[in-house]
Amino acid sequence: MSKPIVATTSLAGCFGCHMSLLDIDERILKLIELVEFNKSPIDDIKKFTKQCDIGLIEGGCCNSENVHVLKDFRKHCKILISFGECALMGGLPALRNGIPIKECLDEAYLNGPTVVNSNPDKILPNDDEIPMMLDKVYPCHEIVKIDYYLPGCPPRADLIWEALVALITGNELKLPYEVVKFD
Amino acid sequence: MSTYVKNIIDKYNNDETRLMDILIDIQSEIGYIPNEAVEQISQSLNISIVDVEQTLTFYHFFSQKPIGDYVVYLNNSVVANMMGRSEVAKTFEEEVGCGFNNVSDDGKIGLYSTACIGMSDQEPAAIINGCVFTKLSPARVKDIVADMRAGKNVKEMFNEYGDGQNNSELIKSMVFNNIRKRGEVLFSDYENGAALKKVVTMTQDEVIEEVKTSYIRGRGGAGFPTGLKWDFCRKSEGEIRYLICNADEGEPGTFKERVILTELPKMLFEGMAIAGYALDAKNGVLYLRSEYTYLKDYLENIIQELRETNQLGENIAGKQGFDFDIRIQFGAGAYVCGEESALIESAEGKRGEPRNRPPFPVQKGYMQQPTVVNNAETLCSVVKILLKGADWYTMMGTRESSGTKLISVSGDCRYPGVYEIEWGLRIRDMLEMVGAEDIQAVQVGGPSGTCIGERSFKRTICYEDFPTGGSMMIIDNKRNLLKDVVKHFMDFFIEESCGSCVPCRALTVILKNKLQKILDGNGVMNDLTELKKWCNMMKQANRCGLGQTAANPILTTLENFPEEYEKLINKDIDFNSGFDLSAAVGESCEAVGRTPNL
Repeated sequence: MSKPIVATTSLAGCFGCHMSLLDIDERILKLIELVEFNKSPIDDIKKFTKQCDIGLIEGGCCNSENVHVLKDFRKHCKILISFGECALMGGLPALRNGIPIKECLDEAYLNGPTVVNSNPDKILPNDDEIPMMLDKVYPCHEIVKIDYYLPGCPPRADLIWEALVALITGNELKLPYEVVKFD
Repeated sequence: MSTYVKNIIDKYNNDETRLMDILIDIQSEIGYIPNEAVEQISQSLNISIVDVEQTLTFYHFFSQKPIGDYVVYLNNSVVANMMGRSEVAKTFEEEVGCGFNNVSDDGKIGLYSTACIGMSDQEPAAIINGCVFTKLSPARVKDIVADMRAGKNVKEMFNEYGDGQNNSELIKSMVFNNIRKRGEVLFSDYENGAALKKVVTMTQDEVIEEVKTSYIRGRGGAGFPTGLKWDFCRKSEGEIRYLICNADEGEPGTFKERVILTELPKMLFEGMAIAGYALDAKNGVLYLRSEYTYLKDYLENIIQELRETNQLGENIAGKQGFDFDIRIQFGAGAYVCGEESALIESAEGKRGEPRNRPPFPVQKGYMQQPTVVNNAETLCSVVKILLKGADWYTMMGTRESSGTKLISVSGDCRYPGVYEIEWGLRIRDMLEMVGAEDIQAVQVGGPSGTCIGERSFKRTICYEDFPTGGSMMIIDNKRNLLKDVVKHFMDFFIEESCGSCVPCRALTVILKNKLQKILDGNGVMNDLTELKKWCNMMKQANRCGLGQTAANPILTTLENFPEEYEKLINKDIDFNSGFDLSAAVGESCEAVGRTPNL
């Protein structure tokens, strides 16, 4: 049997969850034996080259590009896993939810202490190449179907490892309290 | 220090448990509660500013900024909407020149929405500066706004007066009683004071025994046996005992208490005195919803009259040591205060948040003393029970539901109003009695009750089968049950949740969003499964009756009208988040001035 194929991405996240994935230390060698990676920042494959078995999503969706990538993952992955607070609930980026987007943009480009007087033409970025911002930050499951959730900010390396191994081997997932607690 | 605030605080002896009254008086005196008044109250009562503010911000009818010389609170209940509220609201907005939740530019007229004001039999209705305006139409609204612009006194703006005591000097309101059926207990002949005279010849134990034998159960909806409650209270240890009459009547579609307070106040106060005698309570509190402020002068006058005729006060009915008096406590707009422990908190001047139980109010209630909270209808019935005997009473009704019950009928029927029925009436017979045709559903017991259809019309109104506090909203076939009724009820619970328990605070919103998703055509079968699961969680995980029943509009329609949901569901797909990218980017594209390129 061929090895299961894994893809990963970071949407509106900080890459902290991916750092946590690397925190599995020497087990990464074992991981490479267990799975093959496709589209992922880990191997720098930019586009899906085949159908995958598992997709790991870090971060929620704050702009149109996030939505496209997430939908692409849903299309290419049999199992989709939200991992980390931002993917599950929106996380820190979602602090802007509830504030009108115009106010956020004005603060970021016109009135904030670090930008005031430095944008004399009062330009808000509007190039067609730039992704369009969403009205609020959405957790992934409010956009596509998510099969599993791994909580944490970031999720512990042990949790990611245990979950992946359990999924691949079909063994029962061991979840001691230390592994799923949030801080 | 402002003198009028000082005078108000002095009037209540700097008593922090009277904070509600202080705030109500300031609100009615100057139209809002300024920060300076909050500071002054905090200093005088020796409580923190936050303590004042938490009560102040809890209640709908308090405001921290001016809300207009004329404040219009237009009812936004389901029944008001059925009866044409949207046209009325539109006319108000056009004539006043501002939207709801706003004050006109000249600061003269404020427009606000409010939950059911107890006028479901004469909707659409509004409260303007404490006075009730019923059966509003767009034409009528134009006249009212013109009158407000002309600076008329609100009481001069009525175009007719109601029947019975509504037309009396101290009420003079537009409200009609709409008593459609008089039964043997409440709306039968009544001689004021006769029961009290008989009661003082009995011992307290005999009185309680008689009430127990009558097997009358609480008329607010929960149906706890009244005699047992009295017995528990009397056996509880305490320095002093209290009796509270619950006339908060916030359940949308209920208005029977309004009629009791208007037509039977003496019977009610006599019932309170009898309970006071049985419980050995010296103090009674009538907790009245703010919406019924128009009855204040009338009721206070009657209390005074009863003091003068020795039916309240000291040595009542000539019985040495039988002292009992009543004060009226007004609420300020909070549905949850109908829950007895929230009501007690409110009467003590605090936020109306339900307490943890035990201890129960009969053990530690008002002021931490043993307290009985009885519904107004219960206390009125007790008067007749003691006069005519428990045996007479138990001849009426069914085995487990003795006596009669007031039901408040509203919605799509020819004769909305109050009916005194014997327990055991079939729903179908009730519908025929009130002139309802082409019926889709009946909402029994208000939003927290049950929504039933044709299949259940053979059931009977009684504790054994279909218990109810008495609200009957009739919904005919031309209504969209989920959109016009269920969603509206969910909005009501979102607004009225006190926010203390997380499931009640959060799930009410989540459930409503889920319902909206289904209404938008984005529902899949799994949404129904989740709705059911989450609704049941509400039952288990909330502290009080509000939270435990707040999912009932969805839960009971899922049970009784599954086809209404299923016809909106796309059964071919198993997931649809309903996410709409073009809608989600619209706001930001507009803000930066670009065309969405999806």
